[in-house]
Amino acid sequence: MKRRVVVTGVGLVTPLGTGTEQTWDALINGRSGVGPITRFDASDQASRIAAEVKDFEVEAWFEKKQAKNLDAFVQYAVAAADIAWKNSGLSITDANVHRVGVITGCGMGGLPTIEEYHTVLVNRGPRKITPFFIPRVIPNMASGHISMWIGCKGPNLTQTTACAAGTHAVGEAFRHIAYGDCDAVITGGAESVICPLAVGGFSAMKALSTRNDEPLAASRPFDLDRDGFVISEGAGMLVLEEMEAARKRGATIYAEIIGYGQTSDAYHIAAPPEDGEGAARCMAAALRDAELNPEDVDYINAHGTSTPLNDKCETQAIKTVFGAHAGQLAISSTKSMTGHMLGAAGGIEAAFTALTIHHGAIPPTINLQTPDPSCDLDYVPNVARSQKVNVAMSNSFGFGGTNGVIILRRFT
Amino acid sequence: MAVEAKMIDIIVEQLSVDRDKVVPGASFVDDLGADSLDLVELIMAMEEEFDVEIPDEEAEKILTVQNAIDYVAKIQG
Repeated sequence: MKRRVVVTGVGLVTPLGTGTEQTWDALINGRSGVGPITRFDASDQASRIAAEVKDFEVEAWFEKKQAKNLDAFVQYAVAAADIAWKNSGLSITDANVHRVGVITGCGMGGLPTIEEYHTVLVNRGPRKITPFFIPRVIPNMASGHISMWIGCKGPNLTQTTACAAGTHAVGEAFRHIAYGDCDAVITGGAESVICPLAVGGFSAMKALSTRNDEPLAASRPFDLDRDGFVISEGAGMLVLEEMEAARKRGATIYAEIIGYGQTSDAYHIAAPPEDGEGAARCMAAALRDAELNPEDVDYINAHGTSTPLNDKCETQAIKTVFGAHAGQLAISSTKSMTGHMLGAAGGIEAAFTALTIHHGAIPPTINLQTPDPSCDLDYVPNVARSQKVNVAMSNSFGFGGTNGVIILRRFT
Repeated sequence: MAVEAKMIDIIVEQLSVDRDKVVPGASFVDDLGADSLDLVELIMAMEEEFDVEIPDEEAEKILTVQNAIDYVAKIQG
């Protein structure tokens, strides 16, 4: 007998603001977090724009000594988890300490530190590598530090499935509670790799937008003139909790998680198949898990990266799964405002999807100016929409051809 | 004296502790809150600052502020 799972806490650290309200306000007002790269001199890069976290005050969470040994992705993760945990109202007790887990997603870990210490290694030799190098770079340090911060001793896992990592984390957290391994899980994603190696690497794949002169207009999912994604960073965390316990303690319930699907394309390292076959099977798998018909879905928070291929193939996949109902769906890509937070994206977008249901407001897809004949659905262009949303889906697809989809429902 | 002042600077910086706690008898682990990785990094910072190389078997014996000052003073002759 599977147990029901609800979202009782949300914490966001994004280029739109540190804190859930700040980010949501920007999102619903259609503000972009994209600007010129300031983290390093990007003048020799093809893509010189990014959505950087701007107002994060590290000293609000960490003492100086601790902060210097934590990469930004861990700092964001702990801060977002702290916000989400306080938002949930839960606390650790002798009774629950072993029943609360942490499952997060991260695509790359501490790449900026790898970059820094590779230079040290080459120029000065291995004896100059700090003992904190490994603890700073391994991707599971986000979930590790969250467990230390909260003091929870249940399962501790990290998904590293590229841009699907956050969604896979939330999906696994959902299963851990549904199947009784945990009673609550702090879950989501964190990423921070706005550094020369990552920007250069994604640029070499022609994955990034080069609309350097118009940063605010660069992330334009489903628009005819889209030319790649905008690299971004941050963390989005949720507290998931077994439904009966959450209700009993009178927690605010943002939404219920009711379905999780996962598939692989078995096709190509980076490109999806033209018909979005793997993505379609993934959405169908999540619908089966949720015991829903396609017609039951009101809204999709799309993967919607703003790359020419993703948005076209995702649209095709939605049509395959939803048939005639595809035209009735509200679909939006919040990456039009946040940029692509990579391994954090699924966490942040799961949070956005829960907030969409909670507030009855659908964030827009901004910069949608010129329709693309191959992207012909309702993407909630440019202006947020007030609409009661009962069932919503969040899609994530990662390099390596790995897909993850979760479904949330208004809690009743 | 130069060694002592510089050493205290390094310890304050590396371990993020108040300067008045960095007294000669202070133990890095018991009094200044260092763990084993902090100690490794502290030794690296001393090597950097004083331009010396401290072998691991010597580093293991540097447990207090005074140990560190004495060691560097000795090898600097």
